[in-house]
Amino acid sequence: MSDQTYVTSDPRGSITKLDTPSRLEFLFTAGTSLSKNLAGYQRGQFIGQKCPVCSKVYVPSRGSCPVDGVALTESVDLPNTGIMTTFCVVNVPFAGQSIKIPYIAGQILLDGANLSFMGLIQECELEDIRMGMRVEAVWVDEADLVPSLASVRYFRPTGEPDADYETYREYL
Amino acid sequence: MSKIPQTRQGHRPVAIVGFSQSTSVRADRESNEVEMLLPIIHDVFQKAHLTKDQIGFICSGSTDYLIGGPFSFVTALDAIGVWPPKTESHVEMDAAWALYEAFVRLQEGDLDTALVYGFGKSSLGNLSEIYNLQLDPYTMAPLHPDLVSLAALQARAVIDQGFGTEEDFARIAARSRKSAMENPFAQVRRDDSVEVLLQEPYLVSPLRRHCLPPISDGASAIILAAGDKALELAEHPAWITGIDHRIETHAFGARNLAVSTSTAKAASVAGVADGHVDFAELHTPFAPQEIIVKRALGLSDEVSINPSGGPLAANPLMAGGLIRLGEAAQAILDGNATRTVAHATGGPLLQQNLVAVLEGA
Repeated sequence: MSDQTYVTSDPRGSITKLDTPSRLEFLFTAGTSLSKNLAGYQRGQFIGQKCPVCSKVYVPSRGSCPVDGVALTESVDLPNTGIMTTFCVVNVPFAGQSIKIPYIAGQILLDGANLSFMGLIQECELEDIRMGMRVEAVWVDEADLVPSLASVRYFRPTGEPDADYETYREYL
Repeated sequence: MSKIPQTRQGHRPVAIVGFSQSTSVRADRESNEVEMLLPIIHDVFQKAHLTKDQIGFICSGSTDYLIGGPFSFVTALDAIGVWPPKTESHVEMDAAWALYEAFVRLQEGDLDTALVYGFGKSSLGNLSEIYNLQLDPYTMAPLHPDLVSLAALQARAVIDQGFGTEEDFARIAARSRKSAMENPFAQVRRDDSVEVLLQEPYLVSPLRRHCLPPISDGASAIILAAGDKALELAEHPAWITGIDHRIETHAFGARNLAVSTSTAKAASVAGVADGHVDFAELHTPFAPQEIIVKRALGLSDEVSINPSGGPLAANPLMAGGLIRLGEAAQAILDGNATRTVAHATGGPLLQQNLVAVLEGA
């Protein structure tokens, strides 16, 4: 460890504080299934995995259907469009914030998927935001594509009519 | 009930009826934790003639510090498919302690079966730095003693107190690696002579490389069943007739590192000395620790130790202790043994120890 371990003590004797810095670094194993999903981001394509038992499509997936407990072996290409099932307008600043507040974080349910994930919503006025909006992904330039969701700059409204609540109530 | 041996703990007899383990490897870069667990969870259900929907209780052992991500035990449940929800628990310890919790849970009487599993990808981080975090945070952790140096202190105590020699350590390693040649799930499987092993340079005196366990990625799973349910699921259930675990102080200076008081106490409660022992599976990742634990258990030299090869041949963290219980049970399930002993350890330098006696009818 190169970090300094230091002790501050009262000049008259008793120790009042002890800091013991530690830093851990890890490799991350995405796994077979998630690797396919991440490789998709690298070429501007959403990829999900389909459960052979219940036919639900997970994006992203960890390799197993959490309902049936079986391996997900079939990959499914998913479109750039979907429903913003619910959202949050972020007004609170926090450490490491990279986007100017206020902004909208939405849960995105891609068409054909059975799992939603969080995405940034842009090109939408705060007063216009509502559950069930149809949205589409805006990808980064081809040269900037990476094997992560960072390849998606944000989602924006398509202007299509809102989805019927009954079609996405399961995914809130 | 005549087919169930007398048990020392609990009013309800509980048996191991299925065991599965993954092949330990140095680094599994293909599978994530869920994908590593999937095949052994399926395998253990098959062996116990159960489906996931028939399981009453689930308990796992793992630590987020190996993975570097929060709540990995929750995501691991995806390998089972726990829907509708079930009673589930987790210990931030080797899964041998998850088995203990499941054993206690089955005493309640309302559930008949439990799935216990452990998983550890030991290859993802720096183990010495990770394991430093389990030390006393005020006086020990700031010194960042590495795992091998700590084990060397214990090895030195064993030598100084006349319980063993460097040659004994090499003999333990050679025997473990050779036994592992019969175990397809083990990682270090080879026939090394004691003389050759002793020519290795010291890593930290008095420890040479062969005194250390391999770094292993792996997982294990066990199915427990209570009473008549166990008789229904297995021809030869491995009944847990005694099980106990004890812990000692975290202050190294306050205990004799060459003896294991906690193991001896647990062995006494579990009833190790009450009968013949076919073999013992000891969770002793550093070779000198086998000498300490064997003495604490009161095992004679006639008792075979770690016929599987033990942790010196495969050491998936958080799953390795449960593997000892599984190996000790499998011989009974196969009808090849009638009374075996399993030991698991947790914490630095054998701080905490679990002992179980398994018996066939």
